[in-house]
Amino acid sequence: MLHIFCPHCGELRSEEEFHAKGQAHIPRPLDPAACTDAEWGDYLFFRDNPRGIHHELWVHAAGCRQYFNATRHTVTYEILETYKIGEKPSVTAAGGAAKQAIDQGVTA
Amino acid sequence: MSQVNRLATGGRIDRSQPLNFSFNGQSYQGFVGDTLAAALLANGVDIVGRSFKYSRPRGIVAAGSEEPNAVLQIGSTEAAQIPNVRATQQALYAGLVASSTNGWPSVNTDLMGILGKVGGKVMPPGFYYKTFMYPQNLWLTYEKYIRKAAGLGRAPKAADPDSYDYMNQHCDVLIVGGGAAGLAAALVAGRSGARVILADEQEEFGGSLLSTRETLDGKPASEWVTKVLAELASMPEVTLLPRATVHGYHDHNFLTIHQRLTDHLGEIAPMGMLRQRMHRVRAKCVVLATGAHERPLVYANNDVPGNMLADAVSTYVRRYGVAPGKQLVLSTNNDYAYRVVLDWLDAGLQVVAVADARSNPRGSWVEEARKRGVRILTGSAVVEAAGSKRVTAARICAIDVQNHKVTSPGEVLDCDLIVSSGGYSPVVHLASHLGGKPTWREDILAFVPGDGLQKRFCAGAVNGVFGLADALANGVEAGVSAAVEAGYKAVSASVPQVVVHLEEPTQALFQVPHDKPTARAPKQFVDLQNDVTAAGIELATREGFESVEHVKRYTALGFGTDQGKLGNINGLAIAARSLGISIAQMGTTMFRPNYTPVTFGAVAGRHCGELFEAKRYTAMQSWHLQNGAEFEDVGQWKRPWYFPKAGEDLHGAVARECLAVRNAVGILDASTLGKIDIQGPDAREFLNRVYSNAWTKLDVGKARYGLMCKEDGMVFDDGVTACLADNHFLMTTTTGGAARVMEWLEIYHQTEWPELKVYFTSVTDHWATMTLSGPNSRKLLAEVTDIDLDKDAFPFMTWKEGQVGGVPARVFRISFTGELSYEVNVQADYALGVWEKIIEAGKKHGLTPYGTETMHVLRAEKGFIIVGQDTDGSVTPDDLNMGWCVGRTKPFSWIGWRGMNREDCTREERKQLVGLKPIDPSKVLPEGAQLVRDPKQPIPMDMVGHVTSSYASAALKHSIAMALVKGGLKRIGERVFAPLVDGSVIEAEIVSSVFYDPKGDRQNV
Repeated sequence: MLHIFCPHCGELRSEEEFHAKGQAHIPRPLDPAACTDAEWGDYLFFRDNPRGIHHELWVHAAGCRQYFNATRHTVTYEILETYKIGEKPSVTAAGGAAKQAIDQGVTA
Repeated sequence: MSQVNRLATGGRIDRSQPLNFSFNGQSYQGFVGDTLAAALLANGVDIVGRSFKYSRPRGIVAAGSEEPNAVLQIGSTEAAQIPNVRATQQALYAGLVASSTNGWPSVNTDLMGILGKVGGKVMPPGFYYKTFMYPQNLWLTYEKYIRKAAGLGRAPKAADPDSYDYMNQHCDVLIVGGGAAGLAAALVAGRSGARVILADEQEEFGGSLLSTRETLDGKPASEWVTKVLAELASMPEVTLLPRATVHGYHDHNFLTIHQRLTDHLGEIAPMGMLRQRMHRVRAKCVVLATGAHERPLVYANNDVPGNMLADAVSTYVRRYGVAPGKQLVLSTNNDYAYRVVLDWLDAGLQVVAVADARSNPRGSWVEEARKRGVRILTGSAVVEAAGSKRVTAARICAIDVQNHKVTSPGEVLDCDLIVSSGGYSPVVHLASHLGGKPTWREDILAFVPGDGLQKRFCAGAVNGVFGLADALANGVEAGVSAAVEAGYKAVSASVPQVVVHLEEPTQALFQVPHDKPTARAPKQFVDLQNDVTAAGIELATREGFESVEHVKRYTALGFGTDQGKLGNINGLAIAARSLGISIAQMGTTMFRPNYTPVTFGAVAGRHCGELFEAKRYTAMQSWHLQNGAEFEDVGQWKRPWYFPKAGEDLHGAVARECLAVRNAVGILDASTLGKIDIQGPDAREFLNRVYSNAWTKLDVGKARYGLMCKEDGMVFDDGVTACLADNHFLMTTTTGGAARVMEWLEIYHQTEWPELKVYFTSVTDHWATMTLSGPNSRKLLAEVTDIDLDKDAFPFMTWKEGQVGGVPARVFRISFTGELSYEVNVQADYALGVWEKIIEAGKKHGLTPYGTETMHVLRAEKGFIIVGQDTDGSVTPDDLNMGWCVGRTKPFSWIGWRGMNREDCTREERKQLVGLKPIDPSKVLPEGAQLVRDPKQPIPMDMVGHVTSSYASAALKHSIAMALVKGGLKRIGERVFAPLVDGSVIEAEIVSSVFYDPKGDRQNV
């Protein structure tokens, strides 16, 4: 069971208080009418499934009811950071910190 | 029967306290301090069960959680039955009743046993797949007999009388295993001031120290254990959990511990005590001191009772005062195993010979044995055991390990006990639960824990540190590191003095060669619990199963409750040799929780019976109970389903309730509808974006029905929302959808449109709702309210504030029945009183309480949908013929609009909601029935739709249904057919889904 730091409550809490809501940073197109069916389908249905760093949307459902993002390693399940909606992740697959985590994860 | 194998002295048992118990119907006696296994061995019980596949007689092999054979059924009554208890882990108590889990007619004379003699050629791996494959339809017949033959214990048929519990805990350092390394780690971590939990699966802390012949500071090791435990018990931050197996190592240092609180006291917990507890522990740091299991050697007939592990025999002799035989032969490849020889001699028993695979062993214990006159045959091994129900002799041959060959005809030595030791396998299970791959160390011939991301340290034998002095030092080191990791200062500790022995390396030997090829030799068992033989593993590799995971699944190696504790490494070694690769290349299979079986009781804890799930009741629950309501579960809610009168069944009650609403007035408890209070200057704009229809022009005092869609354009909730003030709305949702809708609103507000000033508050529980419905509802309500109910003053789809039954109320004039209706909302704690006043006033108006079933029928007569019953996540508003509820010109592209304009959502021939009128008015279509146009067509038929709702309508005097039918709206008047499972066919006409009062005159009066 994961131990998740809620950036709104400022506390580490157990996974059972949270709901995972899928991949983070998928903005709703500002003008849906301008999207082709293919583009709209991409927004609706297609998600990344990386081995390694993944940015996810979570909600502290049985807590403050606030949404936030988490950067999680999909091999080790390590949560490298949590951050509020509108903020940018500091750990990314392109960054050096991530590479190190992946290296650790692969051997773990 | 007396305790024939009990030694005159020794052991940690209390000989002044005898305990009577029974096994397979026979009475025996043991002592306090015995395990069931020790007591069975003391009484000379050789056969404890029959093997899983070949029904061969099996005896006790080990002394701990690695025991593969003595897996028994416990319990004297049906309610007390526990399947699959390891006799080696069950403390003996007075009156214990145990039996074998298989064997027919008994374990001693098993008719299936014939298989064990001829088997192998008859039942190779994949036997069931290959043999019972054809004809396919006979599998069910085969399966019945195969299952009976296999036998794995049985679950109790009566309710468990015991209570279970669980506890959430946090600690700085969790130490798993209370042997030498674990105790040393606990001592230093505890002294640092850290909050420590020490868990150990055995009856007593101490592990191997309780039975070792080695001394600490010149005294028996158990004295040091007593001293350490006393110090730990005096530390307020240290929790000692005996009889507690850490069975799962989960993410982020979350570990689960299965503690057996009273299993040692009796089959039912003493009054006021719990049977077991599950500890759910979040640890800052973990020390794994799980020890190692001795690995048996694989030789012919190594499963005959009387073949045991060397260490286990030492444990029985020294800890329990039991000698499971008279004449012992040891087959070994290492120094440690010589300790059993010395222990056996100390007990005054005969050592026939030692076969050592090494050419010239000269370690301290070897020399000590030699000095005491033990015959040691070097470069040799026990190649084959003789005997059927008990070992009668061992054949020892010279072997060539490099070329896997027997090099001498050998000699046959009479004996009744063969003990073997192939080295130690560290218990890496917990260290591997999170995916960490164990690493093979050729120097010690063992897998040790690999790297883990978790904050954990391994100490002692699990780390491959097998010597006692080193294990203690390793434990201290790990305990200090863990305490420091958790933020405490390191403290020093002195390690007790251990006599240093010269230990020589272990010779790599797993399967002992035989004069015949493996496939022709007598069976050489690798996994005793699953009856996997060396020949079976070789066959698997020959048939092309090269990956360790495939070999495991094809042969069942390491399956079941055993999880590969004894057999895995030997199996890997045999597969690797067969494939011509190294063990490191072969790798291990995944280790998964649970380490040993966990009872359902411990998993469930208090969450059983009435407490299985939280129940939600409305404010009127007591009235519903007094008035005989039958209830239905809607999510967690208990809703009145119908109110039967004496002698009435569901259909009778529902028909009466329906007619009462249509002809007089009914009252429904609608409190469970989700209610969300929405406030803020942008509340109206927000509603525009989440509902399919327009909200811009909804005036204060009015209410409107809305459909909510997902981005794909599919309906996912509906309900009425009222405008309370220009920036204040009250939204209602379906009963089951309330939480989902709340999260839906929040996600859009928080992640997409944070600039909108709007706030959502769940008020479902704050308001109780009672719906008055029927032509008499106005007259009735007028008697209990000060609100002007005149049809012009209070028209349809508006709401008013006022007093009802003497308390403040919001009354909504909305209708889910098609009748004149008022929904009265009052603060929940006044609701019961208001409800009772309305019931009293309603007597002269023919007021009838009705439940959800009547509500469903009445709404279906009107063609009103229930989201989740008439929709299934693939239905757009247009599919429901509810295009009137779609704001096609709203400026903002609301949720669902783009989705429902995708090509597939606008095509012809989509399934559309229509009414069905069965041609035979007495026939009620089953909900879910598939519809076809031609019932005579060959199977598979072309299905054109399915029934979503179906009822007998008392008001219409015929049955009705709603259905999703391909292109249904164009096919009004056509016929469809529902071919049913029993072969009958119901014919129906496609009609409008509004069956009753199509113009809606009744609700607008």
